[in-house]
Amino acid sequence: MRIAVTGIGMVTALGWGAEANWEAMLAGRSGVRPITRFDTTGMRTRFAASVDLPEDRPRHPVSVAERSRRLGEAVIAEALAQAGLEAPFPGPLCIGLPPVEIEWPQRLELNAADYPGLIEAASGRLDLQAEFLFGGTATRLAERFGTRGVPQTVTTACASGSSAIQMAIEAIRRGETDCAIAAGAEASLQPETLIRFSLLQALSTRNDAAEKASRPFTLSRDGFVMADGAGALVLEREDHARARGAAILGYVLGAGEAADKFHRTRSTPDGSAIIRAMSRAIADAGLEPSAIGYVNAHGTSTPENDKMEALASHALFGEAPPPISSTKSMIGHTLSAAGAIEAAVCLLALRDQMLPPTINNEDPDPELRLDTVPVARKHRFEAALSNSFGFGGQNVSVVLGRAD
Amino acid sequence: MTRRPVHVLGLGIASSLGDGAEAHRGWRDAVPVLDEARFAPHPLHPLAPLPFDKTIPRRESRQMENWQRLGTHAAGLAIADAALSERVAEMDLVVAAGGGERDAALDAQILATRPDEAGLHAALMNGLRPTLFLAQLSNLLAGSISIVHGVGGSSRTLMGEEIAGAEAMRMAWARVAAGSSTLALAGGAFLAERPEILLLHAMGGRLHRGPWVPMDEREGLVLGSAAAFLLLGPGPGMVQLTHVATDQGPPEASEARLDALLIDAPPARPGAIEIWAGPFGTPRPGLRLADQFGHTVEAAFPLAVALGAMMLRDGAPQIRIAMRGAFRGEAVAVLEPSE
Repeated sequence: MRIAVTGIGMVTALGWGAEANWEAMLAGRSGVRPITRFDTTGMRTRFAASVDLPEDRPRHPVSVAERSRRLGEAVIAEALAQAGLEAPFPGPLCIGLPPVEIEWPQRLELNAADYPGLIEAASGRLDLQAEFLFGGTATRLAERFGTRGVPQTVTTACASGSSAIQMAIEAIRRGETDCAIAAGAEASLQPETLIRFSLLQALSTRNDAAEKASRPFTLSRDGFVMADGAGALVLEREDHARARGAAILGYVLGAGEAADKFHRTRSTPDGSAIIRAMSRAIADAGLEPSAIGYVNAHGTSTPENDKMEALASHALFGEAPPPISSTKSMIGHTLSAAGAIEAAVCLLALRDQMLPPTINNEDPDPELRLDTVPVARKHRFEAALSNSFGFGGQNVSVVLGRAD
Repeated sequence: MTRRPVHVLGLGIASSLGDGAEAHRGWRDAVPVLDEARFAPHPLHPLAPLPFDKTIPRRESRQMENWQRLGTHAAGLAIADAALSERVAEMDLVVAAGGGERDAALDAQILATRPDEAGLHAALMNGLRPTLFLAQLSNLLAGSISIVHGVGGSSRTLMGEEIAGAEAMRMAWARVAAGSSTLALAGGAFLAERPEILLLHAMGGRLHRGPWVPMDEREGLVLGSAAAFLLLGPGPGMVQLTHVATDQGPPEASEARLDALLIDAPPARPGAIEIWAGPFGTPRPGLRLADQFGHTVEAAFPLAVALGAMMLRDGAPQIRIAMRGAFRGEAVAVLEPSE
């Protein structure tokens, strides 16, 4: 039983809507720009691939929780419309989301001088509760679209979107449902999170040329670029999709995951955990590595990730791995949403038989020995692999297939 | 689809009563452990002093705060209880997690000085410790369990307060039953004695104020610290987890959804023991988990299942667990002796 994709939704710094994003990616445009949403004076990194909203006010930007909800709502609505479905949706919502909490604008608005005062002032603020509970964002999305059961809200850091796809296909395979929404939405770009990632020295600091900062697989890569964004897929049993006459856009053929036991922020030096995630996904799809015609890389543009991913690619695919590109070069690292967005990118690439580029590839790292697709190009292929390797050691890969 | 039986192979519990099965055997009659002063007027059930230094290497412990240490400790107890430490590499992990610790002292300093935007950012840039982010990220509890104990199968962290704890159990149970997992370690951890946690739960407007009283005599909820992990597998084992079901929807239909979750459950056996794992009192019968432990949010449902499994080992004929979340979500589970 194959699992068909009948709807795709996407929002990134490149725009709203899957087709607008795809067009911009094929043109090699960058969505990375200086941050205007808040004051970045003195910060080590002052740019991002942000999705700003009309409701962002000076000193009071929309919260991570609410922006995630807005982006998630947009992509799920887009995917459902394409699938010819509407609320109530007859299956579960599986979604990767960032951890959220009350932020400084709201804390300071409560006008308390200490925590006991804050607790007192926040008592009974049901609006804040619905916004900042860990289950709040997914609950509001689930109720908006009338999805069934408990929304499965997953956080495996940068692998969350892929974990959501995996949980959705497992629920369909177990026979719990005929269809599911698999999504990811991310909006962690707020001052405290930006500062925290900076303190871990994970971010690019190329402040003088923001659009050049995300440069996966180059010698001069110096960290990832934080990004807002969301992606959604409507997944169905193939026979379910055919029976209702839905257009099939492609397939999720398999998924695989492996936890790394080595270190919180670094892969096992021999790459075994990420190799295991990739090979499990390919095996789950019932394929051999040689059947993979394109890899959408995790490709964060950190020195460590890109080296490990290249190592793993050679170990798995041999001397001549398939073309491997990182669309994070254009849309930055959308963290919890990356797996959902990049699976959608793979499906569009398969549909049009076009590979999206890794831009900013001016000084390719010769040690990596990869075809990183510096410019979009035509390519004949039937299956693609999407990699997501999470901070904290949670690695997930997903195999996407072309529509017949 | 054919379903395999799902057995409880091991359990790990830590709470205000201590850690391990022995410390919890008499939980039904234990005197609740309380701290009514530290976060007055809100009483809570604090975590017992636990030997984290014996179960977590110092190098790893330094990367954590107490929330991750608590969960990592309880997960280790479950692996040890099952005597399956040689199979950690194949274990699948499902964790229900909230957020980790904030730097409360830095927060307090900012609240007291009320800086402007630039001043706030400067205070954060100068005051935040790099390692605290790793202690705070929700998925790093699972990451710490993998690193400390070597758990190397799949790893998923679910968010969503108490219903995430139930959904974690359901996901692990369903995967073992369907044959897509051979060993699943599932559970959650919750550390109550943190000001940012009281702040979050105060927003719901129902934090109990004043001296502690039992659930059925109070309107509000009292928080408590606990962690519980269960190791599930196709067996063999003494205790079978025969039914786990969850649902969520608008609060007004909660009672009907909770009833419906039992439609496919095994019938009640004579002498069955019921456990209510929700944060508030209910007309439903059963032992009140939160009377002994406080409401342990992400850990509440796994804690009820772990205590139930322990009671079955000690001879109970059947355990029936029900829960409704403070905000959303309903869940039930049934445990029975193995055939």
